[in-house]
Amino acid sequence: MSTGTTKLDVVVSDVVPVNELVTRFHFRRRDGELLPTFSGGAHVVVEMRDGERTRLNPYSLMGSPLDTREYTISVRRDDVGRGGSLFMHNQVRPGLEMVVSYPVNLFSLDLRAKKHLMLAGGIGITPFMAQTAQLAGEGGNFELHYTCRTASLGTYADVLSERYGRRVRLYHDDREERIELDRLLSSQPLGTHLYVCGPAGMINWVRDRAAALGWPPETVHFEHFAAPQPGLPFDVTLAVSGKIIRVGEQQSLLEAIEAAGVDPPYLCRGGVCGQCETNVISCDGKFIHNDHWLSEEDHRSGRKIMPCVSRFEGKSLVLER
Amino acid sequence: MGITFRKETFRDDFTFRNSPEHIRRFPFPFHEDSYMYAVNIEPHVVGPKGSVLENLIDVDEHYVAEMQDRAMVLAEDPLRCQSLPHMTLAGWDLLELLMEQQALGYPEHFTLTRDGDRWRWINRPLGIDDTFTFGDTSTLPYGPMEYITRQSQGDFCILDQRDGNLWMDAGMVTTQADWSLDFDIGMNFFEWHAPVPLAHEKGIFVRALKFLTNIQQGKPARRLNWTMTINPRLDTSPENYHKWGPDRTTVTPENVGDKVHLRVELQSFWRLPRSNGIVFPIRCYLIKMDELVTQPKWARRLHRVIRDLPEELANYKGLTRYRPTLVEWLSKLDDGSPTSAGFGPD
Ligand code: FES
Repeated sequence: MSTGTTKLDVVVSDVVPVNELVTRFHFRRRDGELLPTFSGGAHVVVEMRDGERTRLNPYSLMGSPLDTREYTISVRRDDVGRGGSLFMHNQVRPGLEMVVSYPVNLFSLDLRAKKHLMLAGGIGITPFMAQTAQLAGEGGNFELHYTCRTASLGTYADVLSERYGRRVRLYHDDREERIELDRLLSSQPLGTHLYVCGPAGMINWVRDRAAALGWPPETVHFEHFAAPQPGLPFDVTLAVSGKIIRVGEQQSLLEAIEAAGVDPPYLCRGGVCGQCETNVISCDGKFIHNDHWLSEEDHRSGRKIMPCVSRFEGKSLVLER
Repeated sequence: MGITFRKETFRDDFTFRNSPEHIRRFPFPFHEDSYMYAVNIEPHVVGPKGSVLENLIDVDEHYVAEMQDRAMVLAEDPLRCQSLPHMTLAGWDLLELLMEQQALGYPEHFTLTRDGDRWRWINRPLGIDDTFTFGDTSTLPYGPMEYITRQSQGDFCILDQRDGNLWMDAGMVTTQADWSLDFDIGMNFFEWHAPVPLAHEKGIFVRALKFLTNIQQGKPARRLNWTMTINPRLDTSPENYHKWGPDRTTVTPENVGDKVHLRVELQSFWRLPRSNGIVFPIRCYLIKMDELVTQPKWARRLHRVIRDLPEELANYKGLTRYRPTLVEWLSKLDDGSPTSAGFGPD
């Protein structure tokens, strides 16, 4: 259904509770073949058939890229979210046939780096599972700093510590442990690249400190786990396809466009890849942009919108789709 | 049935020829009677049987001779093949892609067997039978990119993707139309395209880059490009300009049909899985005017395209010197009747 990626027919081969919030899902190919190779940091978009609705959520691949007999993802349950994670937790069982996209990597390692410094927060650990496995296999130089709320919510902290020993440092919020960021960033050898994945607050903090301490922007890599935000319902006219659609409270504009039978491109569904960019033909109201793709000037101009994460409040909106 | 590989040269006595079947499968690039520069990118999917798109990586009757020519170019100038240190993983990606595709399309000529990391590669046309460990460079006689591209037709640019841009950080380039890997290596997309006229204003490159950085694994794309070359030279590099540049002054009304070649590049774009790089194979097809005009539709249409080409494009493609001679020669084969739509011969 998407023009963005090729699809893979998979079957859920295992569902493993990891801790009170996180569950891991394993997928194999239905035809028994190997899955496509991928690179550390890649995600797949998982299609969920939830009654009438199809939900599409991106999740990082966390297995080793060296072993593609199965794909594994970890899903953190979000009780107040839009329902994708609850569907995964409540409905998905071993044996269920599902469809996932080919891997897409919007958070890839810079292979020129002399050293990879990784900072993870909470469920933001998942892309690093694959990246560390990839680097360990090649004798790559990395160091991972991982913050989580409590030891019991330190998803895979034990696995990582066992695999990589002193290359992994853990920080627990409930013990008031905090990354000494400035010291860490100031003491890295030349040629180090920095990677951060976690809550928006953490990403912003790390990016700001790195910039303040003189890290060139091209050495700082980050992955947002931005789910579309709910908001007031609104109506949109799609000029090219001639449809008028309503975007529900819990629905993204992209999902509403898809539900209307239009097939727009996407890759990340999180406002970072640029694929879904759409021209605004006319509008009377205000945008809530939420994306990390368009420039501030684009946002101000009101001529473009990223339907995967952005919303609208106002009287009328006409898009070129 | 297998391909009958020709014994031929792309230098000195220039014995390169296309067989009649190969003339008909030539990827003629003009679908109408005029030519405009455009981003004509489409999905790289398998095409009709008997066309150059029958397989995603094409192997044809010129394979063995082209590989011999490549070995000669490399012996003279090893800098035609370069790979920055961080591109080794992408080289393995490319090795896998080319071995898989060649073995899939031409099982009578190539065989790939894998047992975990132990791979065996048999290339019958070149008499190669090697067993190696995938990922371990010390088990191959060359780096992975060089090893496999010494056995694959066309040039290969491997691009690293970072900071929203593409960087030409590795490549095997011996059959190029007047550009140089040694000059472009390490450059980003805008830097290596800087010399193309007319295109910048149109924002073509911005859109093309956006398209390319979004190329997905499992969904390769392609485009055709063209120029002309005097004599069937594969290697028309800037380094060798002193050899091929003067050829342009040798075109006469008598030798146009034998000397002037249409040179078509089938460029494809693939996302590489382990390195997340993009490989950009540029496959070159040559056809001399005498061969091309055996298809009356192509003769008529090429006449109109070359005659009406805007001056700056003709200059850019290096046609200026011999264009009047060529147009005059082709005009005799253009009876003015309409040409049918599409690329193929009638
Ligand atoms: S799908 Fe990636 S920005 Fe919208």
